[in-house]
Amino acid sequence: MTRFADGGLIERSQQIPFNFDGRSYLGFSGDTLASALLANDVRLIGRSFKYHRPRGILTAGSEEPNALMTIGRGSQSDPNVRATMQELYRGLTSASQNRFPSLSFDLLAINDLMAPFFGAGFYYKTFMWPKLFWERVYEPLIRRAAGLGALSGAADEASYDKAYAHCDLLVIGAGPAGLMAATLAAKGGLDVILADEDFILGGRLNSERVEVDGKPAAEWAVDAVKALAAMPNVRLMPRTTITGAYDGGTYGALQWVSHHLAEREGLPLETFWRITSQRTILASGAIERPIAFADNDRPGVMMASALRTYANRFAVTPAKRLSIFTNNDDGYRTATDLAARGVEIACVVDTRTYAAVDGDFPVLKGAEVVGISGRRGLNAIVVRTASGTRRIATDCLGVSGGWNPSVHLSCHLNRHPVWNPDIVAFVATDDAVPGMLAAGAAAGGFSTHAAFQSGAAAAAILLRGLGRKVPRLPLPKSEDAPYVLTPFWHVQGGGKRAWLDFQNDVTTKDVKLAHQENFRSVEHMKRYTTLGMATDQGKTANIGAMAVMAELTGRVIADVGTTTYRPPYVPVALGALGAHGRDKGFAPERFIPSDALAREQGAPMVEAGLWYRPSWFPQSGDTHWRQSCDREVLMVRKTLGITDVSTLGKIDLQGPDAAEFLDRVYSNMMSSLPVGRIRYGLMLREDGMVMDDGTVARLDKTHFLITTTTAAAGQVMTHLDFCAQVLWPELDVNFISITDHWAQFAVAGPNSRVLLNDLCADKISNDTFPYMAAGEVSIGHLKARLFRLSFSGEHAYEIAVPARYGDALARELDRLAQQHHGGWYGMEALNVLRIEKGFVTHAEIHGRVTADDIGLGRMVSAKKDCIGKVASQRPGLSGQDREQLVGLKPVVAAGKLLGGAHLFNLGENPVRTNDQGYITSQCFSPTLGHSIAQAFLRNGRARTGEMVDVVDLLRGVKTTCEVCPPVFIDPEGRRLRG
Amino acid sequence: MRIDCPLCGCRDSREFHYRGTGKLMERPAADAGAEAFHDYIYMRENPAGVNCELWFHEMGCRAWLLVERDVSSHEFLSVRLAESVTRGKQ
Ligand SMILES: [Zn+2]
Repeated sequence: MTRFADGGLIERSQQIPFNFDGRSYLGFSGDTLASALLANDVRLIGRSFKYHRPRGILTAGSEEPNALMTIGRGSQSDPNVRATMQELYRGLTSASQNRFPSLSFDLLAINDLMAPFFGAGFYYKTFMWPKLFWERVYEPLIRRAAGLGALSGAADEASYDKAYAHCDLLVIGAGPAGLMAATLAAKGGLDVILADEDFILGGRLNSERVEVDGKPAAEWAVDAVKALAAMPNVRLMPRTTITGAYDGGTYGALQWVSHHLAEREGLPLETFWRITSQRTILASGAIERPIAFADNDRPGVMMASALRTYANRFAVTPAKRLSIFTNNDDGYRTATDLAARGVEIACVVDTRTYAAVDGDFPVLKGAEVVGISGRRGLNAIVVRTASGTRRIATDCLGVSGGWNPSVHLSCHLNRHPVWNPDIVAFVATDDAVPGMLAAGAAAGGFSTHAAFQSGAAAAAILLRGLGRKVPRLPLPKSEDAPYVLTPFWHVQGGGKRAWLDFQNDVTTKDVKLAHQENFRSVEHMKRYTTLGMATDQGKTANIGAMAVMAELTGRVIADVGTTTYRPPYVPVALGALGAHGRDKGFAPERFIPSDALAREQGAPMVEAGLWYRPSWFPQSGDTHWRQSCDREVLMVRKTLGITDVSTLGKIDLQGPDAAEFLDRVYSNMMSSLPVGRIRYGLMLREDGMVMDDGTVARLDKTHFLITTTTAAAGQVMTHLDFCAQVLWPELDVNFISITDHWAQFAVAGPNSRVLLNDLCADKISNDTFPYMAAGEVSIGHLKARLFRLSFSGEHAYEIAVPARYGDALARELDRLAQQHHGGWYGMEALNVLRIEKGFVTHAEIHGRVTADDIGLGRMVSAKKDCIGKVASQRPGLSGQDREQLVGLKPVVAAGKLLGGAHLFNLGENPVRTNDQGYITSQCFSPTLGHSIAQAFLRNGRARTGEMVDVVDLLRGVKTTCEVCPPVFIDPEGRRLRG
Repeated sequence: MRIDCPLCGCRDSREFHYRGTGKLMERPAADAGAEAFHDYIYMRENPAGVNCELWFHEMGCRAWLLVERDVSSHEFLSVRLAESVTRGKQ
């Protein structure tokens, strides 16, 4: 009988079938996987990380180091779930981890016999061996042998969510202190969030056999939670772990939304919350600490308080004949509670000689447990007293080494907890996280009464601090037993290993070895032994190890200090942190106005930042993208091409000082631009490098429209905001991005004007609308903006309409283009056209080039100041020592040019020291019939006609090229102006 | 971190971008010479304490903010509109 016939917070009418390692069992609603396994007399639940030692359940809570399970199957499986936190549900499938081939027979248990080789620092020492040996032999071996659960290898099908919450007060932990604090604060009018890891709120009120206000503590907790739930200013968050404390009252919280449900349809598995709170009460309780003794990791050795939780909350005990090993009064509670349940108490082994606790069971004072018998399940302990050692038959040993307040969250902003010698433990310092107070066991108050009292006191302080009145609320009546303890950390002597960190298999020997090898700071010891570095972050291990270190160095624990506690408090799946950030959720998508039409025409779309733009427009019979691209280039050069250029950044500037503002941000003069005209503009960074290029159209005396490249639209807008707000707020200018508001299409090629005169009500000619003119035209009743601009070198225009007419205009342009022997061209053709014409993009103006480098030095006006002017004139930023923009054409027409290839003087060894420059853009020019490139070449402008070797060592291509000006077609610009 | 934007109120720092030292407020005059610009563009103090910084409320009101922040505690001591600060000097 491991399940008591009555009692506990379980629903006996609801039997729940579940599965562990292929066998079926039954539990109850209200069980955790751990309590249900214990109820079914399952004691061996896993193998340890390094030595593959048989392990059983140690605790009943979040700190569990041993009982890690893989829950679910296939792509639904979730490794390393703590069985103590997993609620039971119908059909739950669980499997033990780190065993081969089976849990009861594990071949790798041989590691345990090889322990002398696997001790502290073994990784570092093994690394000393020949490298080849490590990679080929040791690493695969260790990866196979050591570890926790494995991922399924399939994509995670679970969904995750993220959420945000704000409150006046965040209460972390819903035990007596947390419930009391939340109640008082809520009655005082604060918006309160009460979060707890457990699925039933109440903390240890649900685990202890004590009374509150004359009724069982668990019943009192139910009433208190009910009262809180009824208040509109309270949000209760069960199954929610606060994972980290961050600056400004921000907390991370992991909510288990559907881990406990058999049917999860439509629900996220987990939600990661960001909670912002004015004030916080840390009522996170305390974690009972083990005592290290020989073979103390054997199944059947458990925390004394966990045994009470299993007995009182789950009506379960693994013990038929129980023993207790304690250094404090609290250990006796377990004996008392289980004796009351009819469990035989073999003995209480108390390390103290003065203990004065009554009980109807044998007590051995001044005694220590020095040995364990039973490899896969405890059957006896060996106890040493002043009168010698004796063997006591027992199937379960509850250990209590005292309690450690759960101070972790208070340390996340790089503050350390303080040592409280009265309770021989570290406690949180108030305001270690600004606005956070600790209460209850987290603050070192271990009785129920102390928890209520400090919870109320903390809430009162915070209420007053927030300018609220403290409502009257009597403290519930409850026990106030003193916490009497004599520190005792580990049993001395004996050859056998005594465990400190169960999850990472670190023993007292390892800590001693670290000390012996001079890893004497606590942070060094931690890294050398890996103590506290497993998924449980050493919640049951750290302080015990500090004590051993203190002993070795002859210091007190307060002086040894603790390691640094960092977020997250519990493991958080990346899926939860990155909720919705997978697939298309990773980045927003921006669609151009003609997106639908482009896709209808079968154009493959290419990402340009967040935009999607058509790469080319395939026609039937095309077998390669180059066929489409070449056709589109020639079409633009011979007749007509249209393309969507709405992605260019468009900024509308207005105000009496708009012209002056533009003079200061562009290197060239803009104030002299006549109304109705456009000017090419160059923007520099303050350090003299080119930031972006674009066009400036003057629509009216005080009204300008500027364009930026697609890539730099955001950067330019931010820069203009900086200039207007930070540098020159006295200038009367306002501007706004209108990139998304206007659909804009390029109409390029000899037939472009003919098309526009078909499209628009207003007829244009070269005289009324010359190159670089801007103006308004009508398309039916719709007002459109027309710009005579060219990025192809052809006679071309850009026409813009409000974005909502973009699709309609695209379809009309499509119809008209076909009439005039033209059609769409994509990004590939657009790029070829601009390389042929020698226009630059961010492939060339990549942030390390000056105006002079790209041949535009004269665009930095001598008549005025502008951003970047002074810096651009420093020595070394212009002239023959610089790499300058040139064109390249292969000497042999079939010669290949590759992007990123480097340039070398003819015949010179292609090594770094001989480097003369590099290709920035290259393409096959269908107009010229061979490859061409834009490149930066040292003193390039003076080297026209010279031969250089273009070498791509990565792809093994070397091509001899002739240096030429970067403009390959129509250098006089006749086509533009035609 | 949270930043108390004078226009939007206290908001999560992820709405903002750090945009460099507050020294960027002090752009030299056009005739101040290359040395002055060199100092303005490149030379930075790096105190482990209170720093003057520019933050940009990019995901909010797009205001440039001049803040004093203790980089060792992440505490914001003051947040002002950069525009107001510049106007105050003029
Ligand atoms: Zn703002």
